[in-house]
Amino acid sequence: MMGIHTCLFDRHAAAGAKIVDFSGWDMPLHYGSQIEEHHQVRNAAGVFDVSHMTVVDVAGADAEDWLRYLLSNDVARLEAPGKALYSLLLNHDGGVVDDLIVYRTGAGYRMVSNCATRRKVLIWLVQNSTGFAVQIEERPHLAMMAVHGPDSISLACEALPADTIESVRGLGNFESLEHGDLLIARTGYTGELGLEVILPAEQAGALWDKLLTAGVKPAGLGARDTLRLEAGMNLYGQDMDEITSPLSANLGWTVSRRDEDRDFIGREAVLRHKQRQQDGELPILAGLVLEARGVLRNGQQVLTDKGEGVITSGSFSPTLKQSIALARIPKGSRNCQVELRGAKAPLKIVKPGFVRYGKRIFE
Amino acid sequence: MSNIPDDFHFTPTHEWVRVDDNGVATVGISEHAQEALGDIVFVELPEPGTEIAARAEVAVVESVKAASDIYSPVSGEITEVNEALIDNPQLVNTAPYDDGWIYRMSVNDEKDLDELLNAEAYADHCSDE
Repeated sequence: MMGIHTCLFDRHAAAGAKIVDFSGWDMPLHYGSQIEEHHQVRNAAGVFDVSHMTVVDVAGADAEDWLRYLLSNDVARLEAPGKALYSLLLNHDGGVVDDLIVYRTGAGYRMVSNCATRRKVLIWLVQNSTGFAVQIEERPHLAMMAVHGPDSISLACEALPADTIESVRGLGNFESLEHGDLLIARTGYTGELGLEVILPAEQAGALWDKLLTAGVKPAGLGARDTLRLEAGMNLYGQDMDEITSPLSANLGWTVSRRDEDRDFIGREAVLRHKQRQQDGELPILAGLVLEARGVLRNGQQVLTDKGEGVITSGSFSPTLKQSIALARIPKGSRNCQVELRGAKAPLKIVKPGFVRYGKRIFE
Repeated sequence: MSNIPDDFHFTPTHEWVRVDDNGVATVGISEHAQEALGDIVFVELPEPGTEIAARAEVAVVESVKAASDIYSPVSGEITEVNEALIDNPQLVNTAPYDDGWIYRMSVNDEKDLDELLNAEAYADHCSDE
């Protein structure tokens, strides 16, 4: 059965991409070798088509108040257009409905959330907007691409409109600029320098072609997953979900208590989780490193000195050339092992984050 | 499904075996199998000297995506393993019928080969999957 195509699909197919179903979309898994694409992003620059992501614009007199109620992080921190932050959508039990980036724009706010959660999130937004003067508009005709890697910005500047280049070079992390229909932001999901560009679908092909001409190489969702795992970034549905506290997903930092009086969905529940965490009852999300040969896989059980745990994302790290994982394990665990093919293999417990800017970041 | 060497025999589980004039069998996985697995990151090789039955688990190929057991196409004794795969497992991706071979073995009973698929039958098998 044919899935939904992004506006760049024909280019992926022509480039020989292996196309896989991703929540109803036909997306490129790789263009030959996902490991080569991974190294390309760590060492030079790669571009991902992420047009399957859900883009929603929010405007209206109550836009800020509504988002302060809706999101775990506090959009009052975005003091001017051109600022962005990472946030969760929590439910009333403090579970995670989705994770997203919200950009403050000239016209209001733009949220970019996951593809697999699209329908659920759109319903959640509408259901929780009662009483607020806001306009919520999905933008399905926008395309999005992520250009990442140490050379990404200099190469992207050869492809982007000439009059944006100076501003693009001046962007800090989590800053964005608007240029006509383009939103260009220093955000991403790889642990490398880079940009995400949101633009009308009919302009996307031309930008993609110019990026490739400049020397950026296409990278698929396979490399995107190993890059984000090395960076210690969570994937919705694996490392976080509706029944897991953000405090057990290494996401306590996204629940802003900068304004103690702010009322937001999930606030009371997370306060309760905090108590349970202090009592040692909540597990943590940790990083695991396998020092033996083999590959850790999602769903594998692990055993620590404090009890059982489970791998939420496991794969092979092309940068480190060994297997790494995110795992939910009892707080205070000091050692950990996994059963691989009938033998117990020791795992090193580290903070969730393995590689940043091309370099190993754990001891 | 192009370029399947026609002196190779295949299993329905995507291993290949080629027997040379001295009766030594070389075993690997097919182009179709490496393509389905994606980038291979580890190969767990058998111990030379091990006696292995036809269709028994003999090695493991792990890709970024999945682990896949390798079943011996014929019965016999492991005589040699491809140690180049320890440092360069991606040879299985780049040259599955050549430098990406996995192990060599003696063949106890040539009749085992009759149970296997020829190149054409294997190509049909892959297109039916």
